[in-house]
Amino acid sequence: MSLFKRLFTALKSGSVTSDEWEQIRSNLISSDLGVKLVDQLIDQAKSIKPDDAKEAITRQVSSWLSQKNRNLIMAPDRVTTILVVGVNGTGKTTSVAKLANKLKGEGNSVLLAAADTFRAAATEQLQTWAERIGIKVVIGAVNSDPASVAFSAISNAKQDKFNYLIIDTAGRLHTKQDLMDELGKVIRVIEKHSPVDEILLVVDATTGQNGITQARTFIAAVAVTGFIVTKLDGSAKGGVALAIEKESGLPIKFVGSGEAIGDLAPFEPGSYIESLFN
Amino acid sequence: MFEALGQRFTSIFSGLRGKVSESDLTNFTAQIKTALLESDVALEVAEQFSKQVFDKAREVSDEINRSTNPAQKIFEIVNAELTQVLGGSARRLRFAKSAPTVILLAGLQGAGKTSLAGKLANYLKAQGNTPLLVAADLQRPNAVTQLQVVGDSIKIPVFAPQPGNGVGDPVVVAANGVKFAKDKLHNFVIIDTAGRLGVDKELMQEITDVRDAIKPDEIFFVVDAMIGQDAVKTAQAFADGVGFDAVILTKLDGDARGGAALSIVSMTGKPIIFAATGEKVSDFDLFYPDRMASRILGMGDVASLAEQAKLAMPQETSKKLEDKFVRGEDFTFDDFLSQLEAMKNMGSMSKLMGLLPGASGMKKQLENFDESELIRTRAIIESMTPQERNNPKVLNGSRRSRIARGSGRAISEINSLVERFSQAQKMMKQMRNGGMPAGMGAIPGMGALPKPQQSNQSSKKKSRSGNPAKRAIEEGM
Ligand SMILES: Nc1nc2c(ncn2[C@@H]2O[C@H](COP(=O)(O)OP(=O)(O)OP(=O)(O)O)[C@@H](O)[C@H]2O)c(=O)[nH]1
Ligand SMILES: [Mg+2]
Repeated sequence: MSLFKRLFTALKSGSVTSDEWEQIRSNLISSDLGVKLVDQLIDQAKSIKPDDAKEAITRQVSSWLSQKNRNLIMAPDRVTTILVVGVNGTGKTTSVAKLANKLKGEGNSVLLAAADTFRAAATEQLQTWAERIGIKVVIGAVNSDPASVAFSAISNAKQDKFNYLIIDTAGRLHTKQDLMDELGKVIRVIEKHSPVDEILLVVDATTGQNGITQARTFIAAVAVTGFIVTKLDGSAKGGVALAIEKESGLPIKFVGSGEAIGDLAPFEPGSYIESLFN
Repeated sequence: MFEALGQRFTSIFSGLRGKVSESDLTNFTAQIKTALLESDVALEVAEQFSKQVFDKAREVSDEINRSTNPAQKIFEIVNAELTQVLGGSARRLRFAKSAPTVILLAGLQGAGKTSLAGKLANYLKAQGNTPLLVAADLQRPNAVTQLQVVGDSIKIPVFAPQPGNGVGDPVVVAANGVKFAKDKLHNFVIIDTAGRLGVDKELMQEITDVRDAIKPDEIFFVVDAMIGQDAVKTAQAFADGVGFDAVILTKLDGDARGGAALSIVSMTGKPIIFAATGEKVSDFDLFYPDRMASRILGMGDVASLAEQAKLAMPQETSKKLEDKFVRGEDFTFDDFLSQLEAMKNMGSMSKLMGLLPGASGMKKQLENFDESELIRTRAIIESMTPQERNNPKVLNGSRRSRIARGSGRAISEINSLVERFSQAQKMMKQMRNGGMPAGMGAIPGMGALPKPQQSNQSSKKKSRSGNPAKRAIEEGM
């Protein structure tokens, strides 16, 4: 039985034992929601009349969600530029490929840019995906300035009137100021020619509470517009993503649930919350 | 959003005055539990550990109450207990009876296995071994290429008979890799594998098949230090699936507290053997339980910092500086330059710096260390006469404009360099007067640096602290 159901059944019968509360609490904690939010939720649940519990808790969790539009922005008469950022290994390159495939499937022309010029074979990785999808990718030399790759990509995209430009960037720990500054430079270079419409931060669902610091730092450094939560096909619940939404007010736009090109879906708050508490 | 464990402890300590009652202890251990949870320690482990601390503290409650600083005493218990759990079963790399020693890497997607393979190979090579890398991640696009590029850069051969990207059988590649290593007399084989989820039965079977085909001497579970509550489930799934002998933690250069380390060790009973601390191939070290304990406790990884500083600063430089320091000689422009050059090698120190309490200002400076600035600075200093270098006081206006012309820099740059130098000189003086540990001598070259705060740690104190972080400072780093 799902935790939510159990919780509500217990509340309805008006007989939640302290053991049961502990059980509920530990379930929530193991979803990486963070102790503070969990205790907030539990306190709330404890304080309300059993009959109204379900509604009240659902309302509270929903109130944590971002009110912003979860759809990808689409600029009507120019190229829509999407920058994908995040710490190392979260699934940026794979997400770029999945997103490109999705947009192409919806009838758009999509150009990719391999602005991770740092990690060994990162460019080749994106090239392989581009080949599979059947789209073009702009590349730069190893260790060349990622901003220059971004520059030639945006020039290309404008000239050939692509609907979308999606830029993959190198993984960077949020603690490295110079690398965060580098992102700012990439954005400035693009924006001289065309606006950057989306900056998507990729968050790995297996991440613990450090995800909050990651999001906070990336948001402070660049104008993040939303999140992609990856690896939800594993045993991790990704509760930290919800905590991030709550803190930042920015929306999770997509979720990744596998390594295949099709394993990307728009974020559905209802079923996500359900899975979080299962 | 969450406090570091260290801060939390400090606030608990300040609440503990005089005799510690049973209910104080209960409250204290509850706080430890919450703090551990905030550091991503798994719930059951946090519970078990805090109970362990409670029992230990109660056992020695008389001693705690007799002590002049009961809070400190309890802290020492927590720290010792944590170090003990993290390092209890610590061990070093096992060599096979007959070469090659075969190492299989396993872990989740994105944990950092491929770069780790390169780091481990590089580490072994530096110790005189002849490792072979085997590219058996045939799944992730261009994982094979990545390993080849890494191998090339460190001049370590890579066995990669299959292109990957979904083509080839990892079992066959691994088996042939080991055979190849035997033929070519490599004494180590490191096998990179595709990332896989704990819940993926099929892929877990695949790596189990690899294991059965090659009978590795060591199976290492590679795990991202940022991992959350799922660490336990995933580690258990790998332990039950392919099985592993030890754990390698990656991405320790971030600011994750790394509570997962405690979870994994407690739940699986397997030791952590190595740690990866950056993107460079040399950012790799043995795992030190006391440092990790300090980190989880938010105490700052002072021991690592000291070691890194020693490595980065060429021996003669640091010896020379130390001698001058002891003799009370003046700090000159030449010293300043050699320190700046040492700083260049110390780029990776910035991450350690961040781990040092109160040193966040320095961290910023190290991170922003600009090589072109070093080049400009060197040009300026080299345009000075020996007299000017040794005695900067003589640098009047006309000398400064001569130096500006000679180095091709603006006078304002000369002025700001002289200013930075004077600050560095002042700092050296302060250090000599006990303001800062001597081992930090590399820092003043950075100019206007905030003095690190070590209010609660007197460098003159003779007693050895039970806390390794403090002890490192007491021992003068
Ligand atoms: N199971 C699962 N694996 C994923 C998902 N997304 C990405 N991965 C895998 O995670 C690993 C890392 O993905 P990448 O896309 O290379 O990650 P990245 O963020 O680009 O990595 P760096 O560029 O090295 O920082 C690969 O093995 C991917 O196949 C997902 O949703 N589920
Ligand atoms: Mg990538």
